[in-house]
This record gives sequence, structure tokens and C-alpha cells, in this order.
Amino acid sequence: MAVLVLAEHNNAALNDATAKTVAAAQAFGGDIDVLVAGHNAKAAADAAAKLAGVRKVIHVEGEAFSHALAEAVEALVVPMMSGYDAFFAPATTTGKNVAPRIAAKLDVMQISEITKVIDASTFERPIYAGNAIATVKSADAKKVVTVRGTAFQAVASTGSASVETAAAPAGPFKATFVSEELQKSDRPELASAKRVVSGGRALASAEQFNQYILPLADKLGAGVGASRAAVDAGYAPNDFQVGQTGKVVAPELYIAIGISGAIQHLAGMKDSKIIVAINKDEEAPIFQIADFALVGDLFKIVPELTSKL
Amino acid sequence: MKVLVPVKRVIDPNVRPRVKADGTGVDLANIKMAMNPFCEIAVEEAVRMKEKGVVTEIVLVSVGPAQAQETIRIGLAMGGDRGILVQTDVAVEPLAVAKILAKIVEAEQPGLVITGKQAIDDDANQTGQMLAALLDWPQGSFASAVAMDGDKLKVTREVDGGLQTVSLSLPAVVTTDLRLNEPRYASLPNIMKAKKKVIDTKSPADYGVDVTPRLSVVKVAEPKKREAGEKVADVDTLIAKLKSAGAI
Repeated sequence: MAVLVLAEHNNAALNDATAKTVAAAQAFGGDIDVLVAGHNAKAAADAAAKLAGVRKVIHVEGEAFSHALAEAVEALVVPMMSGYDAFFAPATTTGKNVAPRIAAKLDVMQISEITKVIDASTFERPIYAGNAIATVKSADAKKVVTVRGTAFQAVASTGSASVETAAAPAGPFKATFVSEELQKSDRPELASAKRVVSGGRALASAEQFNQYILPLADKLGAGVGASRAAVDAGYAPNDFQVGQTGKVVAPELYIAIGISGAIQHLAGMKDSKIIVAINKDEEAPIFQIADFALVGDLFKIVPELTSKL
Repeated sequence: MKVLVPVKRVIDPNVRPRVKADGTGVDLANIKMAMNPFCEIAVEEAVRMKEKGVVTEIVLVSVGPAQAQETIRIGLAMGGDRGILVQTDVAVEPLAVAKILAKIVEAEQPGLVITGKQAIDDDANQTGQMLAALLDWPQGSFASAVAMDGDKLKVTREVDGGLQTVSLSLPAVVTTDLRLNEPRYASLPNIMKAKKKVIDTKSPADYGVDVTPRLSVVKVAEPKKREAGEKVADVDTLIAKLKSAGAI
């Protein structure tokens, strides 16, 4: 058996999600090749070659890959799949964008956001915002899978696989990249941060979100998250959203501030190791899953916590 | 330009799903159902494009049981023009839905298909991308803004690091994220008017699509329960507790 893993990277560096997807591919079994499709992405390809358990890295250069356009990645991967039994991608926005195109072209029903590999055709995945865990068995000859990073331990960077180059498919493609607006931050990336501080609707404005949440996050060296309500209201940018349709996180410590705990939010953080909730509403559902609950006014509690840490 | 909008009937997002005792699935008997929230956003976007004069006709499609007709009616009351119900009692997987939609696209020739990015029941996030691949169309998934730009469609996408904008040649598929718009409530007169709009009923066989599932459900289980912990009195106690738990 052989598995092709799609690397998540920004050309300069490999994203942690790749090492976690390789871990899931190891549980599946067989030889593991990692595809690094990018633009000036040699550094990412070299980093992928160090991942433990990887047979080889296939490095493909092309301008259309600088931002991982789904149309281009599909054109690249589909012909390659004649040599593989499975395609694994991280369940990041890149993986979610690309993998179903590849599955459809291979006439395979994709298995989304797996949290466990049972055997080479059976997987566990959460459904209904994590309120149920389905075990599904695929009847397709080839498997197309996306992997929920929080469920797998990243493989170490102790390997030394070879790096091969392969040709990019000829364009043009029907989609072109125009621009991007990425959040620039020195804080840890939300999806892989060991600690996360999240703010909700109770922050009441973007100014107060920044004034109360960010200093606490910085004191703890934490990533910053937000509830959907806070993002919808414009208090925090979209990529902060934790939940069923946002990011799924499972840090060592998750501090939920002014978040009531709708099931859609809990879906994104309830696998955190320790959950702290700070909320003035004693009845808030977040308290039903919090390890430590502090009832009170966040505008008094958070500055005190920040100064005493 | 004609727009096709697929809509799915799912559990109401405010209802907490319960796993059946026999582990075969989630109990949907006597549960309130609704249009998938992301599909509502897709309908709303199509209606807004029609109000701007970019779109001339909105065709709604649902693949599901007879009751999915109610879901189409909601979309018609929001501003859709007509509906197609592809009726089946099979729980149709995204791949088969995409194949049915591809056949409907062949017949209807829309310039744009707007789908929700995912359904809140199976959380698959696949149908729009699969449809785009089957048609060899470009896609703008997880859209938070959509605008015509000459003969192209400019789509701003919610991605992990922030926002990405792509330019798509038409025809294309767009899948909606939460911030694209806020769907309207249908007014009573529009609900009455929607009752007169036409819904054609078809079957998957009419489109030559085999909807036999590729994934079999071995079991469906409750997730590991998390118990409520303890209330702490003040910040000092919280810090002490976190220290003894090794969290800080």
C-alpha cells in the first residue's frame, strides 16, 4: 500500500498539520510520500523530508501552487493517484478546498475530518458538531481522507527522506489568485497553540476584545480565539473563530471569556485538556464542560488575572 | 444569468442531536427540521444578486425525502423562482448529490451554482467542490464576499490565516461561509406567494445516478462526556488551581 499526503505549508515553512496528517497515514499503513506543491517552496520540501516515516517527498514548483489553488492541485494530484491507494490531506481550509475535487475525479466518497484510523477502510469521524462519533467503512478501492489535526500526535522531525521533483501541470486554470489579507501576529498559531484564550460576545466591542483578551494571551504565550458571535459582530477577525465551522483546537489550556458555550462553539474546543470559563451568567452552558468556572464580571476578572500571572 | 442553489433539509441548528440507543445513528424522529444554515446563506446571496440585476432566475434543488419540499418552499419564500425535488429516502452522500447536481446543471445551464460550505448534520464539506470538479468548473469555497468583475466573479474566501481573494471564470461554483450575508426571514405575503411557485419532483434514476452509499455506518456513538469541574471563588484560587494542575 502507498499513501500520498498533501503538505500544508506557506512555501517558506511546513505547517504542523502536515506532521499530524503523516501520523494518521502511518496508522493507515503502507509507504508514505509527501507532496509539496508550492512556489519557491524548497524550504518546505526539505522540512517535509525530515518527517519521520516518510518514504519520499515529491516537490512540484509552479506559480499556481503559491496559494494552493484547488483547480491546479486537482490537476496535479489526480494523475499521480494511479500509484497510490489513498490520499490524505489535513482538514485545514486548504485540504478541505482541494480534497473533494480529487475524490470526485477518482469517483471516491471522501471521508472528512477523521479522528481515528480503525483499519485500512474504517475510520472514526465526528458528525453533528461533534455530538456524535460515526465509525464508517469505505467500500471504495482508493480512499480520500481529510485529517483532524487535534486527534493525531505530530510525527517527529527525525527522518531523512529523499526529495524528488516532478513537473507541474500546464495551466492556465479557470481560477486565479488575486490577493490575500493574512493576519500578521507573533502569537502562536491558533490551531496548534498549547494555550488558547478566547473571547465572546460579552466583550461587546473590537476595542475591548483587544484591550482585555490580547494582554492575557500575551502573558500566557497563548493563541487567540473567538466565538462565532464575536466574529459575526466584528470584534475579532474570521480566522479567530473556534467551532463546528471554524477551527478545531485542543490545547493544554483553553480559557473561554464571555463565551456562553453554544454547541457549535463547544464542537471546536471540548477536547482541550483544561478548560477555564469566565462568565457572569451562572447558567451559561460553557460551565457544564469547564474544569474551572469563575462566575463574575470579566472586565474586572481578566485584568486581575493578567496582572497576577 | 441563471443561478442554481441546492438546499438541504437538516436537524434544526438549535436542537441538540441525540444518538440512538442502538448506535445506528442520530434520532431524527419527531425532531424539528430546518434548512441547513449555510444553504440559507446561499439562497440569500442568490436573491441579493437578483435584486442587483445580475441574476435573472433562481432555481432551488433539494435531494432528499418528500418533506424536503418544505425546505424548497422556504427558499422560494425567500425569493427563489422555482424548485426541483429529487426525491429519495436514501441518505444520499455528497458524491451522489454532486453527480445529480451535475446532471441538473447540464439540463438547466446555470451560470453559477451557490452551495452551503457544509451541512450541519454530516459536517462533510464536500458537495460544492465535488460538483465543481465533475463539471471542470472553478470554485470559490468558504466565500465571505462575492462580486462580479467584468466577465469574472471575484470571491473572497475565509481561509485559516485570514482572507484570500480569487478570480473565477464563469460558470463557477461558490460555497458560502457564515459572513457572506445575513439571511432574511420570509414575509407572510412571500410565504403565500411561494405556495404557487412550481416544484418539479424527480428521482435519482431520472438522472441516471446510483445513490447507493459508498460508506457504511458501522456505528454511531456518543462522544466522551466531559463533566463539569469546580467553581472557583476568585482569581487567586483559579491561579492556584491552574498551577497545581500544571497548566501554567
